[in-house]
Amino acid sequence: MTVIEAQNVSKRYIIDHKKGNAKSNTFREVITDTFRNIFTKGEDDEVEHEDFWALKDVSFKIEQGDRVGVVGSNGAGKSTLLKVLSRITEPTQGKITIKGRVASLLEVGTGFHPELSGRENIFLNGAILGMKRDEIKKHFDAIVDFAGVEKFLDTPVKRYSSGMYVRLGFAISAHLEPEIMIVDEVLAVGDADFQRKCLGKMKDASTSGRTILFVSHNLTAVQGLCNKAMYMQKGQLIQMGETNLIMSNYLSQIQKTDLQVTYTNQSEAPGNDRVRLKSVKLVPNYLDNQNHLDVRTSFKIQIEFWNYMDQANLNISLHINSLTGECIFNIGTPSIKFDKGIISAECEIPNDFLNDGSYSLSFMIVKDTASVIYNFEEALIFEIEDYREGTVWYGKWPGYVRPKIEFPIMQLEYENAI
Amino acid sequence: MQETVIEAGRSEKHYWADIIRFRELLWILAVRDITVRYKQTMIGVAWAIVRPVMTVLVFVFAFHKVAKISDTSGIDFKIIVFTGVIFWNFFAAAFQQVSNSITGNANLVSKVYFPRLLMPLSSIAVPLLDFLVGFIVLVPFLIYSGISIDYHILFVPVFLFFAFMAALSLGIIFASLNVQYRDFQQIVPLIVQYGFFICPVAYSTSSIKDLSWYPFYTWLNPLASIIEGFRWCLIPNYPYFTWNSFLPTILFVCLTTIIAIVFFRKRENSFVDFI
Repeated sequence: MTVIEAQNVSKRYIIDHKKGNAKSNTFREVITDTFRNIFTKGEDDEVEHEDFWALKDVSFKIEQGDRVGVVGSNGAGKSTLLKVLSRITEPTQGKITIKGRVASLLEVGTGFHPELSGRENIFLNGAILGMKRDEIKKHFDAIVDFAGVEKFLDTPVKRYSSGMYVRLGFAISAHLEPEIMIVDEVLAVGDADFQRKCLGKMKDASTSGRTILFVSHNLTAVQGLCNKAMYMQKGQLIQMGETNLIMSNYLSQIQKTDLQVTYTNQSEAPGNDRVRLKSVKLVPNYLDNQNHLDVRTSFKIQIEFWNYMDQANLNISLHINSLTGECIFNIGTPSIKFDKGIISAECEIPNDFLNDGSYSLSFMIVKDTASVIYNFEEALIFEIEDYREGTVWYGKWPGYVRPKIEFPIMQLEYENAI
Repeated sequence: MQETVIEAGRSEKHYWADIIRFRELLWILAVRDITVRYKQTMIGVAWAIVRPVMTVLVFVFAFHKVAKISDTSGIDFKIIVFTGVIFWNFFAAAFQQVSNSITGNANLVSKVYFPRLLMPLSSIAVPLLDFLVGFIVLVPFLIYSGISIDYHILFVPVFLFFAFMAALSLGIIFASLNVQYRDFQQIVPLIVQYGFFICPVAYSTSSIKDLSWYPFYTWLNPLASIIEGFRWCLIPNYPYFTWNSFLPTILFVCLTTIIAIVFFRKRENSFVDFI
């Protein structure tokens, strides 16, 4: 059954620009401009109106029980879409039909009043989110327990730590029982432990047959929670479909860093009169249906350079560095005697080795295993995306490497229940 | 299953049903305002008594003792001022609260949906409570001053209702305008300040009954007869109120209510874009 149907939904905002240099900067200009505006009433000649379409012709259907992740870069219209769906603002054009009770969670702790106690705020926030008093009463203990604020129930929330505030806010919304739930980037708060709790709760909600619309920049969470995804760009819906497909399209779109650098003209290539870089390439061995690098992808690093020295003992020392510049590992080729010409080297970085993150690749050409001829720093920068299965934890996986090492676990003894 | 259709400019069919459905929220918002009102104060709700009493004392001192003004009706000046101030304070506070209710709840407007009309409605709770507290003090004061209150007191809710509706409807119009143009935030205190002198708060209409335009007075100032009506309920044989003079008020309140609802409903869906 289709629970949400959007037909050609558009939302326009009108932005005002002041024309030319009409911007008043100084106090004197502000005064004179103000008087001029009063007397000439010339608002139209001073201000230019520009239409800005935050959403443009967005159409989609969402079936009951779907968990839809909305992805896209900043300004893609994700939040506007959620606002229109939650009836906070109306669309300029188009029509949306929604079947069922909607709860929208665009912020944690909406309407919390700083002067009121935790207890009072639970009822206030619950009512704002559309819960009945009885429902809140029914879940009250669970909410308090989930948030872990028993001791501070009668303290005004203005005295809460920001963590407690957020936990209480999320705990209330986690106990909503609507048929359709609209969630905006609210999980990017709290510590790792709490985030895990939240995502676990979302997963529970999703398995109970509820329809969820979820905006997040935590792509791992979207991948883990959602069975469908919408990819938005500049107010338009680019693609909607099965999560993995949409995610890989989206990621390949944002993974715009070049995976190779090639120089055809020797005079422009970096280096010196003894060696010059010809090319450095990162060649991924994509899995089926994959078009971006993630932790499962193995890849080759290929380096070619021009050597202008005769009978030189050369090797390459390659560094992979983290974004903060720490060296993660360093490998070297054997040192071999070469003549003038083009030298090539290749190595393969295995899958399930580097963790997700941004990395830079630097390498040195070394003569006689000791003297550095040239150091090519940050010759390539690449990103590895996250991928995981079989977990409800979507926080950042720690560490620079993520090897898949066999780690069996088993029950050794059974305790006799008698 | 509940079906919602969202469309540009669509006037929600279930709007009034929604208000009923959200009545708990209305109640909770009202309770919130009341609870918050006197948090971290030492004397709490007693402020609802202190403020009007101080106003009355200052007026009695300034006008009666210093400027030697007495009300021409022959009724004790204190009684004229006290009744007027209690009732005017309700109207003024309600009008001010309502006109700030949307901008004051901006965080809710931009994050969650509910019928926006709940915000102005719930914001009247505080002035209403203040009025009731003040009224409870006023009645013993009147009895102490030798006024024998009679059955007319039963009509107080009628005038309270009209004051309520007038403050609500005028406030709603200003609240909707205030969302887009904060100029109205500046205008409202002025209206309240001038209104205090234009309306018979610190005097009774007997002071102006000899003026040539007195016959049109209630048409010019529809709020005047609400205050005079309130005095009529409490002071026996109070001569400056007749049900005829109340007619303009009824018409005025009906008119502003209709305008307020139409105006508000037309704008409320786009509040968030301007707030």
